[in-house]
Amino acid sequence: MSELTLVLIRFGYLAVLWIFVLSAVSVIRSDMFGARVARDQGRVQERRSAKAASKARAKAPKPRRGDPTAVVIVEGGNSGELVPLAAAPLLIGRGSDAAIRLDDDYVSTRHARIASSGDQWYVEDLGSTNGTYVGSSRITQATAISLGTQIRIGKTILELRK
Amino acid sequence: MSRAGRTPTTKRAPGAGPLMELVHRRRRGAELYLLVLSLVVGVGAYAAVGLGVNGQVPADLVKHGAWLAALVVAAHVTIRYKAEYADPVVLPIVSALNGLGLAMIHRIDLAPTGHPVGSNFAASQLVWMTLGVLGFITVLTSLRDHRRLQSFTYTAGLAAIVLLLLPLLPGIGKTVNGARIWIHLGPMSFQPGEIAKVLLVIAFAGYLVLHRDALALAGRRVLFVDLPRGRDLGPILAMWLVSLGILVFQNDLGSSLMFFGLFLVMLYVSTERPGWLVVGGVLFAVGAYAGYVTTAHVQARVHGWLDPFGKDSPSYQLVQAMYGMAWGGLTGRGLGQGSPQTTPISWSDFILPSLGEELGLTGVIAIILLYALLVERGLRTALICRDNFGKLVAAGLATVFALQVFVVVGGVTRLIPLTGLTTPFLSQGGSSLVANWVIVALLLRVSDAARRPPPEFSDQPADMDSTQVVMMR
Repeated sequence: MSELTLVLIRFGYLAVLWIFVLSAVSVIRSDMFGARVARDQGRVQERRSAKAASKARAKAPKPRRGDPTAVVIVEGGNSGELVPLAAAPLLIGRGSDAAIRLDDDYVSTRHARIASSGDQWYVEDLGSTNGTYVGSSRITQATAISLGTQIRIGKTILELRK
Repeated sequence: MSRAGRTPTTKRAPGAGPLMELVHRRRRGAELYLLVLSLVVGVGAYAAVGLGVNGQVPADLVKHGAWLAALVVAAHVTIRYKAEYADPVVLPIVSALNGLGLAMIHRIDLAPTGHPVGSNFAASQLVWMTLGVLGFITVLTSLRDHRRLQSFTYTAGLAAIVLLLLPLLPGIGKTVNGARIWIHLGPMSFQPGEIAKVLLVIAFAGYLVLHRDALALAGRRVLFVDLPRGRDLGPILAMWLVSLGILVFQNDLGSSLMFFGLFLVMLYVSTERPGWLVVGGVLFAVGAYAGYVTTAHVQARVHGWLDPFGKDSPSYQLVQAMYGMAWGGLTGRGLGQGSPQTTPISWSDFILPSLGEELGLTGVIAIILLYALLVERGLRTALICRDNFGKLVAAGLATVFALQVFVVVGGVTRLIPLTGLTTPFLSQGGSSLVANWVIVALLLRVSDAARRPPPEFSDQPADMDSTQVVMMR
């Protein structure tokens, strides 16, 4: 075995050792914070739909002053939450697809809906168990609401706000 | 960490998504790639040893390589089926270190002198590695959830203490090289302390998960440090006494240091209170001084550390190792080209100086980096683990490796007094190798649970859609 071969083996082996160390480091580096796999795809889609929505909103006529712009929860477990009306129609309920999700045992999964027709906003009960009340009366059909009208759903009270 | 982002909110801005929603990929392909590289490291070293010593590729290279590859592939396949989200770097690091250790032990086997004649440590080490991998597979297949171990808290603690005391029993205990840490049962002999360290991690973790609040919150503040209450000192004092007992009755400095250090680190990790480190540091200093004053064994180690080149210094071994490493220099003599066999026990406690002689500082840094990566993966597992018991187990197991490597590498390089501990995966020694493979299996089990995406609990299960609460008056 010649001296040169042994020197080559010596440095070759050290190179192999370090290649291993550096590969391990690079795997750790690419693994540092995990990967955004499933969530990321969802997020991209969300972003895309948000972009489309903002485009659509740009085309829609500018809301006049004094028109309601948001639904506010004034009483109940979620009180203080504010949901913009821009994404109307809004589904209210306990279900995960509801735009206004209420943590309230007396609320059905798909309880009611807030939608607009022209300038007027309506609330419509979707066949809930415990009913939707505007003022003190239980509604049976789409009912017009205006600023400050109190909608009671279960233990929760919602209102339109500017 | 992802729980916070999952709370239902109606105000979620479009596109923002839940915060910190990170999904760990399985990375089994990366693991396989690293495993192939690690086999190149292990088998390459074996071939280089043959070339360096005899000038030819060893005859049993294919057999050795195939055996090693089979073990590693078996471990890898087990991970694929039983712990598919486990950390991808741990197994390759372990495989590389184990392969390198086998090659070095084989190299010292080939040396003409300084070695019990006719023994074949490399072959027996390979058998132990096989047992270790079997243990690894058994742990991963039989233990589906690390949290089950929590119910064995006190059983594990009791078993660990019994195992630690076993070598003191007359008949089966035996003193080897001054330390009474071996037991012999017929033809078998092993160090129960190696298994005890796994059990102690489980026992400490289970205990601290339950009692961390009392240990973390009560106490008073003295000079910027929160000191614990007197009545909470019980466990740390007990552990201190056990460590001192190991030191005095078994003459095993290394294990004593490791068990106490392990307990201290886990106590600190669980309570986040530096006060415990102060208390533990003081206890350690007192214990170390008492050990120094009372036992000749410790005195000899300290003298050999402070003055290894002295006239009647007991540290011939340490001096030989240092000459070996100096001769190795930056790039080493080359595998098979040095003479590591001149250091006594160069295949076990002193395997790192042997590697330093033949691979040089470059190689030793790579090896220490591999240990650092292993410990980092353990601590990372502890960080991302979702339950406290798993956090403590992972942190404890990583600490076992860290302390063991620190104590033995610090010892052989004369940073701290020399204490006998095995270098994980490199040193010849069956009990240590099997125990370390089991530790790796536990670490991967916790890592699998930590990296696995949390199960999707939708706030409304599908069958809840039809369920509605009706108020009855």
